[in-house]
Amino acid sequence: MKNENKIQYIYGIADNALILGQRLSELCGHGPSLETDIATTNMALDLLGQTRSYYQYVAQLSGEEKTEDDIAFLRTERQYKNVLLVEQPNVHFGYVITRQFLYDVFHLLLLQELQNSNDEMLSAIAKKAIKEVSYHQRFSSDWIKRLGDGTDESREKVQEAVNDLWKFTDELFHMTDDDKIAVESGIGVDVTTLKDKYHQIVKEILEEATLMVPEVKWFQKGGKQGVHSEHMGYLLADLQYMQRTYPNMKW
Amino acid sequence: MTIKLEQHIDPQLIPVLEKVHDPEIPVLSIMDMGVVRSAQYHDDVVEVKITPTYSGCPAMDVIGDDIVNAFKAINVKAKVSLVLSPAWTTDWITPKGRQALEKYGVAAPLNEEADKAALLGNKRIVKCTNCGSSNTKLVSQFGSTACKALFQCEDCLEPFDYFKCLK
Repeated sequence: MKNENKIQYIYGIADNALILGQRLSELCGHGPSLETDIATTNMALDLLGQTRSYYQYVAQLSGEEKTEDDIAFLRTERQYKNVLLVEQPNVHFGYVITRQFLYDVFHLLLLQELQNSNDEMLSAIAKKAIKEVSYHQRFSSDWIKRLGDGTDESREKVQEAVNDLWKFTDELFHMTDDDKIAVESGIGVDVTTLKDKYHQIVKEILEEATLMVPEVKWFQKGGKQGVHSEHMGYLLADLQYMQRTYPNMKW
Repeated sequence: MTIKLEQHIDPQLIPVLEKVHDPEIPVLSIMDMGVVRSAQYHDDVVEVKITPTYSGCPAMDVIGDDIVNAFKAINVKAKVSLVLSPAWTTDWITPKGRQALEKYGVAAPLNEEADKAALLGNKRIVKCTNCGSSNTKLVSQFGSTACKALFQCEDCLEPFDYFKCLK
């Protein structure tokens, strides 16, 4: 497997962590309660930490004089390979929790397989991240149940978020060419095999939360090819502002 | 299953490493936390390998700098690198470290099963660090840092951090 394919494969995993981490960071100081504010920013910290491990590895693989910061801050929109789900905005707390839940279930299944990768570094990062992501899933599942089986208003809002975000879930199981090459060479995960288990877990928790599983027949995708939703540009403008305005600035 | 901590530390370096503390839990030395994997002289440079507790733990960068400075103070050059595998677990906190945590007001991690029960709010088993009562409730699954959860004692009403079990 060529290094360039491997790097693209890693972006497909790492960019999800970066972009979801950025979305959660936006809640710092803006969470609906002190506890949820701290929880979402702590999860952001875990995700950004994982991102750093992946990007440091990419920097090393690239053979150029690149740093993790160049990778995070100096790519253009089309070069980010995250799924559309994670870039969706924090419309309200029900959205934040639903987006988190729909991603956490996938993320944990992915990492459980990635720890068997024959790439030592990816396996080590996955083993480390599993511990953190299991906790995220516990948190978001808990809140899905609390909101779904809560008041009329909380139920209505979280159902609205589930209905809106559901169309982004199928992309999680879409394989790009780089994914296929990574699977063939034993470093990557065949995400199509995770789909049944994902639906089983998600359905179980939504039902427990007295929420309806949407019957959507059309799914939106594109993020994994770098074709993002309109929200991504604004997110990157925020994320990259300092490095673009003051190139090579340091804290 | 418990993964044993394998350390390769030159005994003469231990006193220096014991002087470096976690910036967020200042009562814990990095030796008590079990994050030092190896420390050896290579020619006249000390190479130290540490394992991060949580991927995004901001304390790790500070700990790296503090190690370099601790050796600089005795005119020794040090180089610090991170090792991810095997991943850190709370089992590696030493008995002395656990005692220091409790004394500082942070409840030490329970075993995996008890931890799950406590964090799902099913069982009242985390002991209050102020009065020792087990009549405590979970306030938030995430506390002041990623590694802690927030509890409150229902008897003495003291809020306190609980160091989550990480396996």
